[in-house]
Amino acid sequence: MSDFIGDWHALVVLLVAGVIPNQIWRLLGLWFGSGLDEGSDLLMWVKAVATAILAGVIAQIVVQPPGALASVPWELRYGAVAAGLAAFLATRRSIFAGVVCGEAVMLAGKWWLG
Amino acid sequence: MTLPPLDSPQWHGSLRAFGWGLRATSATILSVVLFVTFIGIGALAHDTHFSMLWAILSTVLVWAGPAQIILVSTLGSGQTILQSAIAVTMSAIRLFPMVVAVLPLIREPKTKRRHLVLIAHFTAVTLWVECYRFLPHVPRERRIAFVHGLGSGLMAVALVATIIGYLLAANLSQTFGAAVLLLTPLAFLFSTLRNAKELADVLALGLGLVLYPLAAKLNSGVDILVSGVVAGTVAFAVHKWRERREAA
Repeated sequence: MSDFIGDWHALVVLLVAGVIPNQIWRLLGLWFGSGLDEGSDLLMWVKAVATAILAGVIAQIVVQPPGALASVPWELRYGAVAAGLAAFLATRRSIFAGVVCGEAVMLAGKWWLG
Repeated sequence: MTLPPLDSPQWHGSLRAFGWGLRATSATILSVVLFVTFIGIGALAHDTHFSMLWAILSTVLVWAGPAQIILVSTLGSGQTILQSAIAVTMSAIRLFPMVVAVLPLIREPKTKRRHLVLIAHFTAVTLWVECYRFLPHVPRERRIAFVHGLGSGLMAVALVATIIGYLLAANLSQTFGAAVLLLTPLAFLFSTLRNAKELADVLALGLGLVLYPLAAKLNSGVDILVSGVVAGTVAFAVHKWRERREAA
C-alpha cells in the first residue's frame, strides 16, 4: 500500500508545482471570462500569446525531448513532425492522418537506423 | 455517432444528456490519442519514480497532458520546485482563453458560476475541440450535463490509460515509449491548427514554433514565456494591422 501512495513530500510537490500553477488559469477564465467580450483586443492578444506558448511547449518536447523520445535523433524527430504536417495539410486538416503519418515516419526511421 | 435532433425526447432530463456526452467520447479519434498520450504519462511517472497514487492524482487534478509531461520531466531532471511550477504555469496559460471561449457556448442567462466550475476543470485541448464539434447539436439547456458527461468520459479514458501505462512501464520498449511521447506534440499541433480560425492563430503557432529554439539559447528559465510573448504579440499586431487596412 505504501508503494501505491509513495512519499507525502512528492504529493505536496504535485500540489504546489503541478495542480496550483495549472488550475489558476482555469479559475481566472471562470472568474473573468463572463466580463470579457470574446472579440476584445485584450482577449485576442492573450489568445495569440497562449497559442504561441503552446507552440513553444510543442517545440520544447521535440527539441529537448523527455524520456525515451531522447533516443530518437533530432533529424528524425523534426522529419516526423514535418511529414505529419504535410499529411495533415494534404488531407484537408485530418488530425488522424497527421498523427499517423508523423508516428509512421518516426517508427520507420528508427527501425531503419536499427 | 449521431446525436438525436435538438427537439427529440432523447434530450429530456439531465441524466440522458450526461449519457449522450459520455457516449460522445467513443465517437472521437481524440479519445484514442488521449488514451495513448496518458499511457505515456503513466509510464513517464513510473520511470521517474513517482507513486501510482501520484500519477493518478496528477491526471485527475492537473488534467493537462503537456503540463503533466513538463512537471514529471522537470522534477525528474532535478530542477527546483519553483522552476517546475513556472514551467507548468506557462504551459497552462492557454487554458485561460480556452475557458473563456468554451463557457459562452454552455452558459444560459440563469446559469450560476458554481455550475461551471467542473466544466472549467474539464477544459483542456480535447474538450475544447469537441465542444465546438458537438455543442451545436445539443439543446442549450442540456449542455452543462452533456459536457459533464463528455469530460467524465475523457477523464475516465485518461485515468485507465495512466494506470495501464504505469503498470506496463517496465515492459515497454524504448521505441514504443518514444512513439507515445511524440504523440503529444503531434496531436497538439494538429488539433490547434484545426481549430485556428484566424490568421493570428496560425501565425502565433508558426512563429512560436520557430522562435522557441532561438529563445532556448538564452537559457533564461522562462524561454517559453519569452518566445510566446514575442510570437503572440507579433501575430496580434499583424492581425490588427490587417484589420485596419481592410477597414480603410
